[in-house]
Amino acid sequence: MTTMSATADLASAPTRRISSGARWLAALGAVALVAPFVFSDYHVFQATQIVVYAIAVLGFNLLTGFSGQISLGNGSFYALGAYTSVVLMTHVGVPYWAAPPIVGALCFGVGFLFGRSATRLEGIYLALATFGLAIVTPQILKLDALERWTGGNQGVVISKPVSPIPGLNDDQWLYFFCLIVAVVLFAAAWNVMRGRSGRALIALRDHPIAAGTMGINVPVYKARVFGVSAMYTGIAGALGGLIAGFIAPGSFEIFLSIQLLIGGVVGGVASIFGSLFGALFIEIVPDLAKHASEISPSLEWLAVVQYPIYGALLIVTMMLMPGGMAGLVASARIRIARATATPPRI
Amino acid sequence: MQAFLHQLLSGLADGSLYASIALALVMIFKATHQVNFAQGEMAMFSTFIAYTLAGAGLPYWVAFAITLAFSFVFGVVVQRVIVQRLGRLPHASELTAVVVFIGLLVLFNGTAGLVWGYTNKEFPSPFDSRAWYGSTYLSPHEVGMIVVTLIVLAIVFVFFRFTRLGLAMRAAAENPQSSRLVGIRVGWMLALGWGLAALLGSIAGMMAAPKLFLDPNLMGGVILYGFAAALLGGIDNPWGAPIGGFIVGVLVNLSGAYVVGSHLKQTLALGVIVAVLVFKPSGLFGRTVVVRV
Repeated sequence: MTTMSATADLASAPTRRISSGARWLAALGAVALVAPFVFSDYHVFQATQIVVYAIAVLGFNLLTGFSGQISLGNGSFYALGAYTSVVLMTHVGVPYWAAPPIVGALCFGVGFLFGRSATRLEGIYLALATFGLAIVTPQILKLDALERWTGGNQGVVISKPVSPIPGLNDDQWLYFFCLIVAVVLFAAAWNVMRGRSGRALIALRDHPIAAGTMGINVPVYKARVFGVSAMYTGIAGALGGLIAGFIAPGSFEIFLSIQLLIGGVVGGVASIFGSLFGALFIEIVPDLAKHASEISPSLEWLAVVQYPIYGALLIVTMMLMPGGMAGLVASARIRIARATATPPRI
Repeated sequence: MQAFLHQLLSGLADGSLYASIALALVMIFKATHQVNFAQGEMAMFSTFIAYTLAGAGLPYWVAFAITLAFSFVFGVVVQRVIVQRLGRLPHASELTAVVVFIGLLVLFNGTAGLVWGYTNKEFPSPFDSRAWYGSTYLSPHEVGMIVVTLIVLAIVFVFFRFTRLGLAMRAAAENPQSSRLVGIRVGWMLALGWGLAALLGSIAGMMAAPKLFLDPNLMGGVILYGFAAALLGGIDNPWGAPIGGFIVGVLVNLSGAYVVGSHLKQTLALGVIVAVLVFKPSGLFGRTVVVRV
């Protein structure tokens, strides 16, 4: 009798978990679908930006959280994506909807090559080199030699895509366009990460030498995940340029890379759905601080005080809850499950 | 020829900044294998303290001395309050350390912006711009930068080579376990190292500010050159770091003037970093590390 009930529990446990996950996912999907019809134009713009940041933070998490290669320079890939997309649209005549896949392929290539040459750089040295890359990026974008394509200091204006669907205005259409791209990329990441490649990446993060002994081709995997991360971040950059309608070197300073890091850490660095939390955080919190400081002059300090708070938040999160929001939610779920589970009868 | 000499010598002057920062980075790396990404921002913060003190009417060298004392305590406090805890965390990894250092960077940068604002500020130089030691090649401030740095390097050398405390600090960095057995308080030695590193950084900050103007992003570029210098000299070699600093200063200045143009100076520093890491990770004077599997 005891064994019977135990097997029944085992059999029902996974289905129950999937169904609860599916319920959450369905709720999230419903909110995402309804949101643009309820919100004002500005909030639709914000929601689009959250979707785009989510892709970028996911790109960061795949590289740093899952494969353990610390990148402080993912903002550079974001810039690369934004600029190549603009060059493709204005100089090659590629339509805006075809640009993200091409940008993605290109960024994958660049990231793969970068990752391939960076395999000799381990841990902290990779962090150092990518930190340097993030500092240098605006300088490269301002180069006179590239001014024909990048617009130099002035930047480039991007015309907003026109909605092909009668019932949707341009902002709503752009939102759905970004949402579709995000859903495809998230689903792909989720699939890859729970399969063979995902386990290989986690293995090489936790113990590279053991992973190599088990037959995982460490340099190739590292380079590939670098490519994938660059692809995700680059596509996010391309979409980010579309929704901003304007790109200039000033938007791609080191703070962008730090923002992606904040998003990753706050959401949970080794979590796919944590990227959503992270994206929500890095879009909403600065905006709230900005709005609050505009309400009255006596609140102006709020806009400035946010920066030291981000720093403190990075330190506190990493020391006290290294799993970020995703880790917090996961441990809360375990606790609730433990508290509500009926003890087995013996 | 005159222009070339000018570029060469002002490269040395800039190099003196990178030398101090690089030495600070190496001191911390050698002890705990951590790269302090916030080193530049700590230096910037100290420089703002000096700015406030000088603004309150204190003579320059008094403000300078108080700032050094402040920086030392600042470094010790950061180590005791935050960095030291890093090693005790159950989940500590390289990522934890890097994120915490970036967090410190953002924290100090943001706090300086909150307190002093983001506008450029003039920072006084202790060296009179018409002093006799100025020339067409080097301004008096640049001569002063080099001299101050050389004096500080000499003091640091004497401290580590000839004092008991310096010896204890070297021992704690080299072999913490044995040091503990002979009665050295390793934790405090590491904290002193952080204090000393912060002090070195603050000198670089105060020397840089009259040239670059003071704002919260004062050290954003300098720290990159500091990394390049530390890696070039060998990140675990305290003697290599200053040499690397002067080499990077001259190299960047000369190629900025004659080869790549002034817009690509920082990119060149990144090039140095990547080249060293890929082709000779031990740098010019570092030890090659062999890891047993």
